[in-house]
Amino acid sequence: MAEFDQQWLPIVDSIVASHADEPGALLPILHSVQKRLGYIPAEAVERIALGLNLSRAEVHGVISFYHYFRQHPPGQHIVQVCRAEACQAVQGEATEAHARTCLGIDFHGTSSDGKFSLEAVYCLGNCAAGPSVMIDDRLYGRVTPARFDELMNEWRARK
Amino acid sequence: MAGAQVSALAAVARVYVSRDAAAVALGADETAAALVDASRSSGAGIELVRIGSRGMVWLEPLVEVEVGGKRVGYGPVTAGQVKALLEAGMLQGADHALRLGVVDELPYIARQERLTFARVGVIDPVDLDQYIAHDGYKGLKRALGMTGAQVVQEVTDSGLRGRGGAAFPTGIKWKTVLDQQTDQKFVVCNADEGDSGTFSDRMLMEGDPYCLIEGMTIAGVAVGATQGYIYLRVEYPHAEIALRAAIATAKQRGYLGRDVLGSGKTFELDVRMGAGAYICGEETSLLESLEGKRAEVRFRPPLPAIKGLFGKPTIINNVISLASLPMILERGATFYKDYGMGRSRGTLPIQLAGNIRHGGLVEKAFGVTLRELLYDFGGGSASGRPIRTVQVGGPLGAYIPESQFDTPLDYEAFTAIGALVGHGGIVAFDDTVDMARMARYAMEFCAVESCGKCTPCRIGSTRGVEVLDRIIAGGPERKANLALLEDLCDTMQYGSLCGLGGMTPFPVQSALKHFPEDFSRDR
Repeated sequence: MAEFDQQWLPIVDSIVASHADEPGALLPILHSVQKRLGYIPAEAVERIALGLNLSRAEVHGVISFYHYFRQHPPGQHIVQVCRAEACQAVQGEATEAHARTCLGIDFHGTSSDGKFSLEAVYCLGNCAAGPSVMIDDRLYGRVTPARFDELMNEWRARK
Repeated sequence: MAGAQVSALAAVARVYVSRDAAAVALGADETAAALVDASRSSGAGIELVRIGSRGMVWLEPLVEVEVGGKRVGYGPVTAGQVKALLEAGMLQGADHALRLGVVDELPYIARQERLTFARVGVIDPVDLDQYIAHDGYKGLKRALGMTGAQVVQEVTDSGLRGRGGAAFPTGIKWKTVLDQQTDQKFVVCNADEGDSGTFSDRMLMEGDPYCLIEGMTIAGVAVGATQGYIYLRVEYPHAEIALRAAIATAKQRGYLGRDVLGSGKTFELDVRMGAGAYICGEETSLLESLEGKRAEVRFRPPLPAIKGLFGKPTIINNVISLASLPMILERGATFYKDYGMGRSRGTLPIQLAGNIRHGGLVEKAFGVTLRELLYDFGGGSASGRPIRTVQVGGPLGAYIPESQFDTPLDYEAFTAIGALVGHGGIVAFDDTVDMARMARYAMEFCAVESCGKCTPCRIGSTRGVEVLDRIIAGGPERKANLALLEDLCDTMQYGSLCGLGGMTPFPVQSALKHFPEDFSRDR
């Protein structure tokens, strides 16, 4: 995802306007902006604050509170590896360590080719078939280190 | 020509494959696609129905074929095995190494008491007509003929207690909301199922979304709330799709909206997505989040039932609590109350997770023991090694040793052994588990997820990780560090504002109590 593009401003404004009548609209707006732009740029924060009659600090405070919202452009695909107990019980830590080594990054990092951002997640609700990994919106179960390699190859080949 | 078409249709076999996230994670979409492809190329007609999951996760992708009015299961079926299975006569229910038998008669299913999950894995989740054909909306229809006070009384009489983990009597919560005189009330569903080892909310929302919608509508008409919100965690995209589709259909067909089933009562329902914060499972922080704020826990009182969402009286219940209502209203309080033991009435959808051979969903009346669940249903560990401990009730639940596996699942019996039932998730660990590391993880998790409002939780958890690191490293200070850890746990338990900081000591202290050897050995 590219750096901030001035053409995004009208997009942000229209998202804010479309949620104007909703009570507690900030989270739905942030979700829409991130879905559309891949992250929530600082420039968008200003417009959202203006639209909702909040301070930039208030909007920033909300964004930084939630693990899901990003303030920087992510890689092409987001890889979430579950770190919770049910996955640990079936050697999830090996998958976790392998993911970091294989992508050459730590959690919250993006691989040097820009393909993958790695995130820790605490439960994907797939606790009877761990270790669990989610790539974008696609969930995978029983992801051993070998299976993780297969998935990476498969997703690298995608456009 | 027309006759030929009719006979071709008659020969079409109905085949069921789950669309539940856990099944999809194991290849159910590929299996379903392979079934369609293979049947097309071979000329064998099939009608593919995507359903929720039966909850036998180790058998997914499970393929069910309707033969003589019964559903015969084959599983687990990978996409690559489909062609051979069709050639072997799967559509006729023929014998095969993967043939399991009639699914309803499999011991794992037959021994359950499926009330809340009666339709999950049976019907097409977003087909409203199938929902209605399987007793759907009977509960709401009955509720619409009663006064709000009568509905609340029925819920109270059923003995239903909050299934999210707190086990507070649902009827009492409702009564408080019913008694408030105000212009606006809300019904909020807590679908922020963040506990590791739990997935019953997800399975229900994906497998029978109308059941939750009906339950929330019953709550709304009972207490006079006209707007409902489902606060769904963002990690559940499949559930979001199912819920949004079901809500749209329910609105279109008059089951939601300005005039629910011609009763003149209004109930609107929306889905709101969380954003990856475990703390939102705590009801007051969830309400803050719904209001568009940082999800920091509120001081109580006032209770949400008096001052909840946007300062208005609010029913906030877990998915399973709300999804239990259609059944309670349809069959009556006594029917539901007849299940269970002691003060734990009805059934609990239990989730078998972690290192377990037959993991999945088991709905049973309260009173079933851990041992029955782990061995009779679960079949022991997946690794084949002895099960050393289970953590029940999520990351804030205690670790329970093998010597206590005969404890019945009952809120009071668990409290008596210093544990909690919580949301009914059971995570099994074999004897390779290092309990000192699990204790450290409990503190680490609390540090990651703390909302930061109170000091014992925000700072205590970080200090907890540090002191556990020193204990694990060993050395002459170990004894002093263990004393410090006990002291810290005490501060967190009694000084925290909510359950996150207040209960993080439970896994830590239970690990210390039952597995002291893991804290004293040198690594």
